[in-house]
Amino acid sequence: MIHNFLRNCIVIAAALFSFSSAALASGNHTGEKIDVKEIVLGHLGDAYEWHFFATENVEGAIPLPCIVRDEETHEWKVFMSSRIHEAMEEGEKGYEGFYFNEEKNGKIYQYLSDGTSVRPLDFSITKNVSQILLASLIIILVFLGCARWYKGHDAKVDAPGGFVGMMEALVMYLVNDLIKSNVGEKHYRPFVPYLLTVFFFILISNLLGLVPGGANVTGNINITFFLAFCTMLVVNLSGNKEYWKEIFWPDVPIMLKAYPLAIMPIIEVFGIISKPFALMVRLFANMMAGHAILLSFISIIFITCSLGSWMAYVVGGGMTIMSFLMILFMNFLECLVAFVQAYVFTLLSAVFIGLAHPAHEHKA
Amino acid sequence: MNLPGMLTPDIGLIFWMALAFIIVLLILAKFGFPVIIKMVEERQQFISESLTNARSANEKLASIQAEGEKILREAREEQAKIVKDAMATRDAIIKEAKTKATTEGEKLLQEAKAQILVEKENALREIRSQVAELSIRVAEQLVMEQLKDDYKQETYINSILDKIEK
Repeated sequence: MIHNFLRNCIVIAAALFSFSSAALASGNHTGEKIDVKEIVLGHLGDAYEWHFFATENVEGAIPLPCIVRDEETHEWKVFMSSRIHEAMEEGEKGYEGFYFNEEKNGKIYQYLSDGTSVRPLDFSITKNVSQILLASLIIILVFLGCARWYKGHDAKVDAPGGFVGMMEALVMYLVNDLIKSNVGEKHYRPFVPYLLTVFFFILISNLLGLVPGGANVTGNINITFFLAFCTMLVVNLSGNKEYWKEIFWPDVPIMLKAYPLAIMPIIEVFGIISKPFALMVRLFANMMAGHAILLSFISIIFITCSLGSWMAYVVGGGMTIMSFLMILFMNFLECLVAFVQAYVFTLLSAVFIGLAHPAHEHKA
Repeated sequence: MNLPGMLTPDIGLIFWMALAFIIVLLILAKFGFPVIIKMVEERQQFISESLTNARSANEKLASIQAEGEKILREAREEQAKIVKDAMATRDAIIKEAKTKATTEGEKLLQEAKAQILVEKENALREIRSQVAELSIRVAEQLVMEQLKDDYKQETYINSILDKIEK
């Protein structure tokens, strides 16, 4: 159902995109140009500063530290991103050779002495990284806070209420209904911390992404790649003998698994990759699409208002109200999606782990 | 080809993500989730134990109640039996006393009758002996009166002798 809905949303977003482009084209000759694609992709991408607003004089942005390796001297350089901005505003090519390459999504590049530019090793604390750290901090504080409550109380005397009670209910819901039932009663325990951490990491990141100014962390392929890769490692490192037997020597006629072509093992090995790949793309696409739709709706307001003359008041006013209602609706929907996607990722991880522990029910 | 930012591989982002995730995982796997889950499981165990205890206590209570009722019923039966026995005993005693009294009375009556009979016979015997004695005395007096002079005595003796001779 969610996928249907998402498809509808993408269709609507595509329609709005085309509408926006048309509006943009018509508005071109009047006011300044609004590049929706750049706005949306810019907000979906990463940044070296935490940008809130900008006026003609004031930049409401927090610069973040850049940590890059000089590709010529192989030295690590640490400086604030504002240094590059200042240097570039003063007309220099960059700060110590480092500059933002606008053609490559504004990433830091370095001019080499021979005039070419390369992408240095970049471990900067970007907007996404700082939000990951913030999410980590929130998760750690929340659960250590809960754990502290339990230390001061006797399990047999009182049960937690309020926030700790809510977190306990959520954790136990996940453990009992999601992890235990999908991984299997016998060996679910070692996977509980991993699956819960994945769930809360995604949930908190998703919710932080919905806060105005929040970064699009879970809608970034690197993050979902890492999470899916972790799940793949957990699944395959914990798989038992039966699991590997079903991959390389399944219960099928010999001509399907050895000669003339080992088709089943090839499919199964492909499955090892495709399962986490699906996880990766699902989370990425869902979160990215949600953000894209929200940003598109917001862009509509600016597009219609920049049409100029009387159209700005008539069309712009109407569209602003429409957009606002849609943004409101989408924000509520995204709150649900934030939870659902965290749930689905954890659920499928649990299912894959469960599949890697098949019971000895096959006849020899 | 120029991919959008969120699709571009970024080693730095993956590195920080991995670092943050692993630290969070380690901290929470050690100090976070196990504490919560352990406590909840302890509580669940405690609750289920309490339920079992309550159930067994209830059963015990019910059995005690049943036992009490049984004892009460037995006591009541015992009481009824005792009362019945006592009544039977009383009746028996009364009956026995009655028969005893009757027999005793009859015996006394018979003894009295026998006594009366004896007394009567004694009295009769005494009366008879007195009557005989009196008669002898009267006869003696009469004879002495009639045979006061010698003549008369002789005549009388002769008449007797005559009678004897005849």
